[in-house]
Amino acid sequence: MQESDIIFLEDSFKKYYFNHFDQITVPERTSEREFGYQKFNSGMTRHISLKDDKELHLLLMQNVPSDVYCSNAYYTFPNLPMNEKDWKEADLIFDIDAKDLDLSCRESHTVSVCNECNEISKNSIQCLKCNSPKLEKKSLPCKNCIDASKTEVSKLSEVLIDDLAITKENIQVYFSGNEGFHVYVYDSQFQEIGSRERSELTDYISLRGAIPETFGMKKLKQNRAYFPDFDDKGWRGRFSKHVFGSKSKRSKIITELLANGYTSFQKTLDDMSENIGVKIDPNVTMDIHRIFRLPGSINSKSGLTKTLCDNLSKFDPYVEASFLSEDTVEVFANCPIEFKLKNKTFGPYNNEKVTIPTFAAVYMICKKLARIA
Amino acid sequence: MLALGQDEIAKYPFLADAGQYLKDQGFSLDQFGSDPDLKHLIEKAYERIRIAADGKIYKSDLDGDQASNSAALPREVFSFLLAIVLLKLSGMHTLIKRFALAEARRAEKYLERDLANISDESKNQLAIRVIDDLFSVQVKKSDDYFIIPVSDYLKHSVNFHEREWKLINRHVENGQVFLSPHETVRLIRKELGTYINSKIINAKTPTMIPGFEDSVNKLVSLSKKFATYTVITGEYPPCMKHAIEILEKGENLPHSGRFMLATFLLSKGQTVQQIAPLFKNAPDYNERVTLYQLNHLAGTSGSGTQYSCPSCEKLKTQSLCFATSECDNIINPLQFGRKKK
Repeated sequence: MQESDIIFLEDSFKKYYFNHFDQITVPERTSEREFGYQKFNSGMTRHISLKDDKELHLLLMQNVPSDVYCSNAYYTFPNLPMNEKDWKEADLIFDIDAKDLDLSCRESHTVSVCNECNEISKNSIQCLKCNSPKLEKKSLPCKNCIDASKTEVSKLSEVLIDDLAITKENIQVYFSGNEGFHVYVYDSQFQEIGSRERSELTDYISLRGAIPETFGMKKLKQNRAYFPDFDDKGWRGRFSKHVFGSKSKRSKIITELLANGYTSFQKTLDDMSENIGVKIDPNVTMDIHRIFRLPGSINSKSGLTKTLCDNLSKFDPYVEASFLSEDTVEVFANCPIEFKLKNKTFGPYNNEKVTIPTFAAVYMICKKLARIA
Repeated sequence: MLALGQDEIAKYPFLADAGQYLKDQGFSLDQFGSDPDLKHLIEKAYERIRIAADGKIYKSDLDGDQASNSAALPREVFSFLLAIVLLKLSGMHTLIKRFALAEARRAEKYLERDLANISDESKNQLAIRVIDDLFSVQVKKSDDYFIIPVSDYLKHSVNFHEREWKLINRHVENGQVFLSPHETVRLIRKELGTYINSKIINAKTPTMIPGFEDSVNKLVSLSKKFATYTVITGEYPPCMKHAIEILEKGENLPHSGRFMLATFLLSKGQTVQQIAPLFKNAPDYNERVTLYQLNHLAGTSGSGTQYSCPSCEKLKTQSLCFATSECDNIINPLQFGRKKK
């Protein structure tokens, strides 16, 4: 990124932080958390501890970070090196990202940016201009991406509430600021479990590693009575709805499943994991030392804000998470994909000089699809 | 410590304070070496270890829950305590491990029977308390099942590698896992073994007691049977081959994959300088960052912690596992190609 772009982004971010202090507050039990931040074109600064909102605001004003993070873990000494922090517990966190959902729309709004010459193309193997294989994929997520991510959030909430006895009040959903959602679970029985246990929990939530026996299919001594029913709790109940469809079809489908045999049943389960398993990023949930994007801060991949979703189904990130100024600015845009922000449509732009509002300019510059003219 | 009756100590002798028990029964260790009426108990203790070393479970004189005669109960406890004394005197750690495991499995049988005992509430409660006190697993009874919180279940089940123990293959409802008495007890087998093992390791080693020498010598020669050596092939496991292939093609290997490969190679004795060039083709390669991260993993910078290669289970979750039949049920890629002979 060129110097003038960085200055522009920092300036825009700083204005946002200055004008929206009310929106950027430290999480509860502040002094037990680790904070960290990144500046543009620079590494991570972490192991920071803060006392209150004031200290956070000071950090934002002094450093104008591109990204700000805060641990989901609680430590006795959050500012010491990792192995001296004295880990106490951690909230459960989940990351749902549209890019992990294998959506058919992706191709239509994803481009490759060459790291060597900045050429933008649809080719994902190598740069068409300089043949470099070092390409970075940039996507401008569409409504379908957001809707599909929301569906995953709803599936996740269902498993958390129904199977794992998490209360609704202890679940918070945030738009991540780019292509998905972050889900937090507070005060659960899982606060103190470690990384391996969390990894097992992610396998449960994403329906990974299921064996046929769990769903009634035995290698020997097969019996129709072992198969799940519609009233069954947990994944057996979801299996019934997905595989049988309706009560009237149950018997016929069980006959088919038995006829197809054990190996085929395992295949059915693996497919089911793809279809009805919740698509969460396992690495995020099992990392108990992570610093995770701070609610209310800007995501430098897009210039949008990580925003709490009170009403998920109605939430529109391209309206409700865009807080940057309307002041216009002149940029060279090379953005082959049309996008909508704050109910206005922009692009496509073919290497042209355009004058657009700051929020749209920031969005494209963050995606490396424009630069300050 | 739980207050235990005589028959309970016989079933769960590791719960007793050994010294106190001997004193209460009016015996000293020396007596077992010299008193002709007691000497056969050393032989019995040796047998208890030998059977354990064979991977079998010592069949006790206890008939069901009741001893066939009142003398059998203390005999049962003595042979356990004396076995520990013999093990300590021989100093053979492989035997201690095997003995602890076999004793754990023996106790498991009683725990399971006590848990399932619906006619005697006190037995049932004792088993539940043993599990709670020793292993902090809160078990509640619900009809024919025992239910435990999912978080407690996970703390123990992560030690198992069989797929049936994965949470997804369990009956989960309302934040609880439903288990049979057998499964409940099986869940804590490893911890029970570890508990007994640590009790033995932490016990004081007495000086040699006259009359114990023969059995101790027999134990030393018995332990030689279990010496193992391993053969190592130089071949890399499929997960590493796959990761190297991706890098060679210049495709993007996720952070978790780079972590796996780097920690694996570091454990195999390669240096940071040898490993770094592997990442040259990565789309976001930066020499300075790569060296910094490798040094961090090797423990030569930063916290000084040397990171170890993730387990196969973890790699499966991260979609980095490409197991073949050659993997042969290993649980960490570092074990690949190592065959016990």
